[in-house]
Amino acid sequence: MTAELIHRLHFAFTITFHYLFPQLTMGLALLIVILKSVALKTGSEQWDRAARFWGRIFAINFVFGVVTGIPMEFEFGTNWARFSRLSGGVIGQPLAMEGVFSFFLESAFLGLFLYGEKRISKLMHWFSAVMVFVGSWISGFFIIVTDAWMQHPVAYDRLPNGQFEVLSFWQLLMNPWGLLQYAHNMTGAVITASFVMGAVGAFYLLEGRLENYGRIFLKIGVIAGLVSSILIIFPTGDLHGKYVARYQPAAIAAMEGLFKTENGAGLVLMGQPNEETGQIDNPIVVNDLLSFLIYGTTKAEVKGLDQIPHDQWPTALPLLYYAYHIMAGLGTWFALLMIVSAFLLWRKRLHTARWVLWALLLSFPLPYIANTAGWMTAELGRQPWLIYGLMRTSEGYSNTVSASNGLFTLLGFMGLYLLLGILFTVLIYREISNGPEPKAIPAGVVHAD
Amino acid sequence: MMGFIWFWLVAVMIVGYVVLDGFDLGVGVLHLFLVRTEAERRTALASIGPVWDGNEVWLLAGGGTLYFAFPLLYASAFSGFYLPLMIVLWLLILRGVSLELRNHVEVGVWRALLDGLFGLSSALLTIFFGAALANVLRGVPLQADGYFFLPLWTNWQPGPHPGILDWYTVIGGLVALVALTLHGALWLTIKTSGDLAERARRIVNPLWLVLLALTVVSLFATIAVRPVSLNNYFNYPFTFIVPAGVVAALGSVWLFNRKVQPVKAFLSSGLYLFFMLAGACWGLYPTLLPATTGADRDITVARAISGPHTLAVGLVWWSFGMVLALGYIVFVYGKFRGKVDLLESGH
Repeated sequence: MTAELIHRLHFAFTITFHYLFPQLTMGLALLIVILKSVALKTGSEQWDRAARFWGRIFAINFVFGVVTGIPMEFEFGTNWARFSRLSGGVIGQPLAMEGVFSFFLESAFLGLFLYGEKRISKLMHWFSAVMVFVGSWISGFFIIVTDAWMQHPVAYDRLPNGQFEVLSFWQLLMNPWGLLQYAHNMTGAVITASFVMGAVGAFYLLEGRLENYGRIFLKIGVIAGLVSSILIIFPTGDLHGKYVARYQPAAIAAMEGLFKTENGAGLVLMGQPNEETGQIDNPIVVNDLLSFLIYGTTKAEVKGLDQIPHDQWPTALPLLYYAYHIMAGLGTWFALLMIVSAFLLWRKRLHTARWVLWALLLSFPLPYIANTAGWMTAELGRQPWLIYGLMRTSEGYSNTVSASNGLFTLLGFMGLYLLLGILFTVLIYREISNGPEPKAIPAGVVHAD
Repeated sequence: MMGFIWFWLVAVMIVGYVVLDGFDLGVGVLHLFLVRTEAERRTALASIGPVWDGNEVWLLAGGGTLYFAFPLLYASAFSGFYLPLMIVLWLLILRGVSLELRNHVEVGVWRALLDGLFGLSSALLTIFFGAALANVLRGVPLQADGYFFLPLWTNWQPGPHPGILDWYTVIGGLVALVALTLHGALWLTIKTSGDLAERARRIVNPLWLVLLALTVVSLFATIAVRPVSLNNYFNYPFTFIVPAGVVAALGSVWLFNRKVQPVKAFLSSGLYLFFMLAGACWGLYPTLLPATTGADRDITVARAISGPHTLAVGLVWWSFGMVLALGYIVFVYGKFRGKVDLLESGH
């Protein structure tokens, strides 16, 4: 294996594992604010307990997110030194801002939210939840700004030594690509949290215990899930897709499996891309739909891969194609499931509709898969570029770090993350089994006076 | 001018990290052999529970600041120190997870395992951080293109082709281990009461003596390994106030601990760390990473600095953001002021 491939896998593996945690915490932060707001407004102890329960789940996820997040910031330097050397002046900026503006805020108020409830007023506790939400969403914003610049570089100049320099800080932050991606990504995070909350609610109802909490979780999960599952398709997904089509034609052609330029391009629902023959094997196609989705008319021309020089084709074409189709397919399922669930909730029949509860329970892993596949679509679609159109991936990795050193630490991370994954599963399982009711003897963390 | 400012801003972030996460690491090392009962252990760990991950943010924010202010240094040092940094990452993961998870586990053996892991990873982290700083002070075999790659050790000599570990960097690691353990002990004297606080107070004395000896040794070792470290001091003699500060701070640690004034003793220990790091940085400036392969290959502030607009804009948001951050930090430490009370249940 080449050093380039190892460094790519190194980053891809660690970031994929990392993003399992923030996608839940970012979405959950919003849902906890909702729970705390109801508790504050009604004075209901039950909603407060529900908030504390999700606070505990949040805390476990947060710790795993923090410890797996630190490697990400290091890996820009350790594994991608040549890229960092040239781009630090631009993307080092949002990364540093994430620390300064988000992590200090988030960690300070999370400490207060989790450990300080008895030391502060109810209003202040609610405010801590809001600040944790704000902090985690700011954090997401800066990461998206970083990625958006690599996808769609704006507001930069090159210094005589080759380094990139920011020309306009404001334009860097307001990169239109970033704003669309942010809206799409944060909606995806809310989907994950809604499905997880809804699944726990469904679990309690199917089990026939803790049903009063189950109903709360189901209600919040289904309402938030319905809203986010619709927003993920329209407008965020739709607009983001159109933007990709305009600025990364190679990516969209590969995602859609469009090898040949067509007037009135069809949308491939299924089929396997065949790079050798340059066609989709066993396709199921809806005629003209792709042209319509991108340009709003059924006859518009969509650029195929045939118009793109072969050395600018995304390097892992079938993987990109499948990742995108999995994301889009799951997105459709989310919307359908949530529309049905919301309808039954409205008719007050959801709590007894066991088949829907089962579907909700079993669907909780799917948003994780969809979010991961979505990010794979974005990052594989950018290939072979590290900074789109400006720097190739092959020019960015650390060439002082050999392939075997990279493989050694990659395997190290795999082993460690396997252990973390097991621990995480056990802990979350226990929290869900224990449920939101306080235990007779408080065995949790004990705290200061 | 921008170079000078950003050099010290990055230094401030590193000092912030060492002073704040330093006591978390110190408590991690100490809890292994200082506590006698489960209640004491929980008290010790609860004293850092709400703050450790905020303290770790200083490392992240400092790394980010380094990245955008001095991209060449970030790229060169992070890829060159590849192996030890990966070990640091694994240790940071183990430390964070073992600390947080021990409260979710009721089985004694698992708890003991997590506690041992927490103590061991904390101790190794202090040693690695100390050795890392010593590596920077000693210099690395930079190639003409600004990159290098260091093995974990070679012949244990700080010559032109050193490893991460040699006798000099091991001294650096030991200084950090002892200094941060002492710092953690003083934190415990503030946050705990009764027997545990008394034991923490008593362990300060032997640690202090060892630290005094190591501080002197590390000073002379640094001068021996890189004599030009003294240039800035002789060119600007008033800066000898920094080493004087080290001595004064170390003296006050002893004095205030004997007088049982834990807060003052803890703050003195923080000042000791501040003066030690500031002294090391001033010995380096304007070099960021010296080359053992010839001074013309040194990575200097002028060579590594980002573009002017980046730095000018950065100064605005950095100052604004850090004022905000200090606000939350003071607020949260204020809310958790006072001794740990085990009866007050957490989440």
